[in-house]
Amino acid sequence: MKEVTTGNHAVSYGAMLSRAQVIAAYPITPQTQIVELLSNFCATGKLKAKFIKVESEHSVMAASIGASLAGARAFTATSGQGLALMHEMIHWAANGRLPIVMADVNRSMAPGWSIWTDQNDTLSQRDTGWIQLYCESSQEVTDSIIQGFKIAENVYLPVMVILDAFVLSHTSEVIDLPDIKLVDKYLPPFKPKDKLDLKNPRAFGGLVTPDFNFELKYKMQEAMNKTIPVAKWADREFKRVIGRSYGIIEAYKCEKADTILVTSGTITSTSRYVINQLHAQGKKNVGILKIRMFRPFPAKEVVSVLGKAKKVAVIDRNIGYGVGGIFCQEVKAAFGNEKKHPEFFNFITGIGGRDVTPKDIQGIIDYTETHKKPKEEIVWVGLRK
Amino acid sequence: MRNEIPLEENLNSGHLACPGCGGSLSMRLALKALGKKTYLVLTACCWSIIDGPFPYSAVKLPLMHTAFETAGSASSGVRAALDILGKKDITVMAWAGDGGTFDIGIQALSGAAERNEDFIYSCYDNEAYMNTGIQRSSGTPWGAWTTTTPESKGEQKKKMMEIMAAHRIPYAATLSPAYPEDFIRKYKKAKSIKGTKFMHILSPCPPGWKTSSEQSMKLSRMAVESGVFPLYEVENGTKYTLNYPSADFKIKPINEYVSMQGRFRHLNKEQIKFMQENVTSEWQRLLRKLKYA
Repeated sequence: MKEVTTGNHAVSYGAMLSRAQVIAAYPITPQTQIVELLSNFCATGKLKAKFIKVESEHSVMAASIGASLAGARAFTATSGQGLALMHEMIHWAANGRLPIVMADVNRSMAPGWSIWTDQNDTLSQRDTGWIQLYCESSQEVTDSIIQGFKIAENVYLPVMVILDAFVLSHTSEVIDLPDIKLVDKYLPPFKPKDKLDLKNPRAFGGLVTPDFNFELKYKMQEAMNKTIPVAKWADREFKRVIGRSYGIIEAYKCEKADTILVTSGTITSTSRYVINQLHAQGKKNVGILKIRMFRPFPAKEVVSVLGKAKKVAVIDRNIGYGVGGIFCQEVKAAFGNEKKHPEFFNFITGIGGRDVTPKDIQGIIDYTETHKKPKEEIVWVGLRK
Repeated sequence: MRNEIPLEENLNSGHLACPGCGGSLSMRLALKALGKKTYLVLTACCWSIIDGPFPYSAVKLPLMHTAFETAGSASSGVRAALDILGKKDITVMAWAGDGGTFDIGIQALSGAAERNEDFIYSCYDNEAYMNTGIQRSSGTPWGAWTTTTPESKGEQKKKMMEIMAAHRIPYAATLSPAYPEDFIRKYKKAKSIKGTKFMHILSPCPPGWKTSSEQSMKLSRMAVESGVFPLYEVENGTKYTLNYPSADFKIKPINEYVSMQGRFRHLNKEQIKFMQENVTSEWQRLLRKLKYA
């Protein structure tokens, strides 16, 4: 069914189609519309779920953890400061091996107060054991929520589905809502292998001595290793049942490219527009690598695409202070043991919701093509001097 | 007289509580009253240790350990899951200490109470952060020594029951392991009521109170009889019922209760007199509430 919807409502539809059973949420701009539509779905019976209107984001995640451990499919959404407030429980959800799915609307961290986008809120959570999927469009948002549950419930790690504030969260486009019968076929009811259970009473999350804890963390890493093949399978299945697929990364027009832009989120669409124009003009030496799955980091896949290029321009809508763009660091690290690697250029742009225009992308391409090596460790794009 | 205390044991022997721990006896009594169809939600407190390290557990029921401040919120999630999965006959009991209730957990508890979530919240109050080694909490009484109040605590104990009563939850009660019949009756009553139930248990702690293990029950009884911790119930925030001591009981002086505990050893006569005045006036306030509420 075609529907005109915003990125935010695309999240709500994704949760509804996934038949989330417990939703605990707290409103925070720019995530609010997600919560509003889900409240409406629950109130009208369109979604048979318990909606807990908790008093903070910390409680959001604690309630989601309780619900998931008691055997319900748990969903929530947050943004920026809210995600930061959850941080303790973000660890708890992953270490507890609970397949919760959460949407995060990327919002810049205060101060100064900002409701606009950049990725530092979610990237601050990258080492918590959550799977992270960065979305380009509303269609991808809905589909990623559904895929998110499929992945999470097969590897027992939580999934974060991430979209840019306003640029995506509040922008309307036509999307194709999958038929719920097809979604049911794709995503069977949640049947956890471990949960609170009267027939088999056990204690979860208690004290673990050094005799065991190390192995539990090892198992987390094993689950992350399993996630890449599981995510590819979940994507293939999605294609088979529902008819669309995204991959964990997407190489766009990279066949003849000697310069490749590395993108994530909505900047990918802007970059596509520029690349399409260049290709139409016969300039086919520039392509895009869109990173959809950031955790676990698909290093092998990234290297296989970028290894063929001479230059790689990583566009980061984030900053790891004292280091540089976080995606760039990860891309470089992926080449750590490779004999040969392309020249890396790190561009930082769009922080705090600053517009990233086709002109900016063209500027990034021009800079990369006209320099043998980057002049600076970080090239700031669109900075007011 | 008929023994009202169920023989059913849902707590194993061999747990890790200190000898004389009021918290372990309270858990034992609560689980006897609630029975097998109970899920436990345990936040950071002595009980995180008492239950035993992985792969052991001292209780015979499904148990979820959760972060310090999340008894109210994690229990809300468990309850919601049980409701949507059609398991409405399972009782959810959150279990937290005074630090996890009066301090770090009060927001989530208040949120859950405002939503009138259907679960029993138990606070076993040993009047300090005992698991971390006797640091003051807002449940620590005025005058008590702790490692972070080396002189003595200069602030009064937070009136947790009044805070909970102000939420107009259907049931709030104070309990003491020295009054096991009353204890069991209150848990059974809590189980029969839908909505948020708050159980405030005064729980002696021999290492924290600087008392010997065998004195715990005597101290529990003295706290009640001296009016330091009267046993009463509040329904819907307004209806007060006094259990022990009765309204016509002349409360005993606090001197013996205080002098038995090392944490009050440094107090002089005047300070004890000040404590006594506070206890007396609070007792009278409670009696007035019984009359007018």
